[in-house]
Amino acid sequence: MANEAKRLNVDELKNMARVLREHIVRMTTAAGSGHPTSSMSAVEIVTALYFGGLMKYNPQEPHWPGRDRFILSKGHAVPVLYAAMAEAGYFSVDELKTLRQLGSPLEGHPNMRRLPGIEASTGSLGQGLSIGVGHALATRLDKTGSHVYVVMGDGELGEGQVWEAVATAHKYKLSNLTAIVDQNGFQQTGATHDVLDLTPVADKFAAFGWHTQTIEGNQIEPVLSAFDTALKVTDGPTVIVAKTKKGFGILPILEEEHDMNYHGKPLSPALAEKALALLAQN
Amino acid sequence: MYYGEASGLKLGHATRDAFGDALLALGVSHPEIAVVDGDVGNSTRTEPFAKAHPERSFNVGIAESDMVGVAAGLAACGKTAVVSSFACFLLCNAYDQLRMSVAFPGLNVKFVGSHAGISIGADGPSQMGIEDVSLACSLPGVKVIVPCDATSTAKATEAMLLEAGPMYLRTGREKAAIVYPDGCDFEIGKAIQVRAGDDVTIIANGLMVAAAIDAATELARQGISARVLDMHTVKPIDEQAIAAAAQETRAIVVAEEHLAHGGLGAAVAMAAARINPVPMAFVNIGDCFAESGDAYGLLEKYGLTPAAIVDAARTLTQR
Repeated sequence: MANEAKRLNVDELKNMARVLREHIVRMTTAAGSGHPTSSMSAVEIVTALYFGGLMKYNPQEPHWPGRDRFILSKGHAVPVLYAAMAEAGYFSVDELKTLRQLGSPLEGHPNMRRLPGIEASTGSLGQGLSIGVGHALATRLDKTGSHVYVVMGDGELGEGQVWEAVATAHKYKLSNLTAIVDQNGFQQTGATHDVLDLTPVADKFAAFGWHTQTIEGNQIEPVLSAFDTALKVTDGPTVIVAKTKKGFGILPILEEEHDMNYHGKPLSPALAEKALALLAQN
Repeated sequence: MYYGEASGLKLGHATRDAFGDALLALGVSHPEIAVVDGDVGNSTRTEPFAKAHPERSFNVGIAESDMVGVAAGLAACGKTAVVSSFACFLLCNAYDQLRMSVAFPGLNVKFVGSHAGISIGADGPSQMGIEDVSLACSLPGVKVIVPCDATSTAKATEAMLLEAGPMYLRTGREKAAIVYPDGCDFEIGKAIQVRAGDDVTIIANGLMVAAAIDAATELARQGISARVLDMHTVKPIDEQAIAAAAQETRAIVVAEEHLAHGGLGAAVAMAAARINPVPMAFVNIGDCFAESGDAYGLLEKYGLTPAAIVDAARTLTQR
């Protein structure tokens, strides 16, 4: 068993990011439900990890002990993860269109029991970081050399459990744990600064003793560079606060629809056509 | 005074102590066992394990939600993860984590709730786990075990740790009578008959097994032959033992240190209703919080006594 991760150059990564966005649009519109915009803000983060030579994984041996771990704590954004897993070879790209259908392992939120390669069943927000701490402790104990990545939303930071886990990760000096906050600025009913303003996010993590980086999260180069930096840290956990846009890639369409949040609903077939045409221009 | 004394049973260790001792013993030969504590390990008795195996023991502080999530992550990496806290804090504070991070993915997390029931006494209702069995039973795929004495708790702990999958073990703070001085055949999901009888069956678990034995002793004095079943596993319930009790004794009393709603009584009644509905009665805390006081004073005030079981059994047999 060994690492079989794909490793793309920067131009190929940008192209892969476009492909993942196209998958997200197609599968959520086909499903008639889902969270396309929440998925799109995290595309560069997921693309860099799965295809930028950062994460070790093997789609033929999804439980290979030496693998790195990707935990999507903001489980509603799972279309981006399914798209990446299909492109990585965990299952066929054709299967993406079964999203949310009866019998499909591609459920509305990640279910590790049904889909090998999913590391945590999430969907109740705030739980992924604690699970990631458990993975980081276990793999350090077993000396597998694994790194654990946990992607959270900025709205999700309202859950108290997140900060319990932040304190625990610091206590155990988990340098094999990197948290990424997909700071797209929106949550279900509005902007995060209106609903519950938790900025400055990086300062809060820093106060708990974490290493922090704040980057432009929808550009592949700074995302790659931030992960490189995080992997060099040896004395504790790192958070990457990724400033992103919800629905990045189809923002002109959200503007036309007068809804920059566009939370938890798929594009209509007509809007999906427009979105795919827009993405093709990039 | 303690339950079981009137029947000649000797007083033994509390079930929480037996759990801690068994965990410590198994930990040596099972390096896959890891323990996560919410800063009450000296109360729940995981502390001896933590001292013996500091590298695989983690105290995350007063943070039950995180504690359960960390255990889920450890279990996902192949560990047998043990978490423990007071039953009320573990089940009530971390219920969503037990549901989503443990039960839904079916991970190998053993969650152990100590200080169950009202017999914890003086600390009062905020510390009493009286709804934990109901909550644990409402987690799909989770097995729920409520042992009655130190002997069976040691066996239950071993059986639980050596079988994969999520399970809840309920332990108590009070010293408990030794129901099994000569050992017992413990199998998850299989009731143990501790007294033979053919007029009525008393089905109990936890501290109420000893109370049921005292009740059977008194009933015998009154000419009523009571069978006593230690129904240590609430889920999956032993339907065969319930079917046999209904068939052979024609009446069932269920006794437990838990709310009426969703506990052992509900599980037994559902099975009996389907298999062979016989007259039943229930001895439990009802639908209320208790208060501070001494253990046996509280048990008496809230109706969890051998006398209450005797009354219920007599009423059923006189129908």
